[in-house]
Amino acid sequence: MFDLTGKTALVTGASGGIGAAIARTLHQAGATVALSGTKVEALEALAAELGDRAVVVPANLSDPEAVEALAKDAEAKLGHVDILVNNAGLTRDGLILRMKDEDWASVIDVNLTAAFRLSRALVKGMMKRRWGRIIGITSIVGVTGNPGQVNYAASKAGMIGMTKALAAEVASRNITANCVAPGFIATAMTDVLPDAQKEKLTAGVPAGRLGTPDEIASAVLYLASTEAGYVTGQTLHVNGGMAMI
Amino acid sequence: MSDIAERVKKIVVEHLGVEEGKVTDTASFIDDLGADSLDTVELVMAFEEEFGIEIPDDAAEKILTVKDAIDFISSKQG
Repeated sequence: MFDLTGKTALVTGASGGIGAAIARTLHQAGATVALSGTKVEALEALAAELGDRAVVVPANLSDPEAVEALAKDAEAKLGHVDILVNNAGLTRDGLILRMKDEDWASVIDVNLTAAFRLSRALVKGMMKRRWGRIIGITSIVGVTGNPGQVNYAASKAGMIGMTKALAAEVASRNITANCVAPGFIATAMTDVLPDAQKEKLTAGVPAGRLGTPDEIASAVLYLASTEAGYVTGQTLHVNGGMAMI
Repeated sequence: MSDIAERVKKIVVEHLGVEEGKVTDTASFIDDLGADSLDTVELVMAFEEEFGIEIPDDAAEKILTVKDAIDFISSKQG
């Protein structure tokens, strides 16, 4: 089950906690992975850890030309791209009254527009080969909202809508498009929080704990698999029951 | 029939799975040959590959019939 031998995958934001877990999981399932991100050293360390079937394709997704170049770079290094995981994302939090235009624009550019551009560039090859998987890492916040994150919530809700439209366009070509929506996940970012704050975070989670990056990666692996071929346009929520939607 | 016309028609037959006899010069991809909008995008991609040319989006939008495709490609290869 869930064997990706012979498949290729491009993972953006692969130097982050969740992105690295996704790359490791897809690699472990047999895929050849291209690791993208801005932290070249971290990407190279991950590629070295994975060994064979891993290449590094650095890119700054806030630059439109760099996004187009990334698609070409990944196709050149992998031969073609079967699985695209749009995982890269950033936050620029602040209450709407204080939010600057550039905080809005930078979050939309990287989280949503880069995902659109990469999907557009890579879906062409998937159509030709009659097989493809486009997976967006969205967020629970894109569905529930969260104070201080109008930009981030809009980008993540946008990704869900984009994915549904894309799924409808390419379903007949054996290409699926889906999202995974993490809740609170333990990463380097949450590790440093004081225990009291962690307790507060988990109080609203029926599972009583934070999720792990591997639990997000497992959901991505399922959606990337051939077995999930009839699942498209969906958002798989991985949040310990924090929001049941 | 010119070589270009022959190759264009072969691609259309293969891609849309229609009978050769139906692929006349005046046949419209969508109205006569049952193509959907995604098929027309794929046909343009197949033409680009077969003839080693680039068909810009504004030109692609005007390729509605078999003849439109033959004419455009002929003008590029002239």
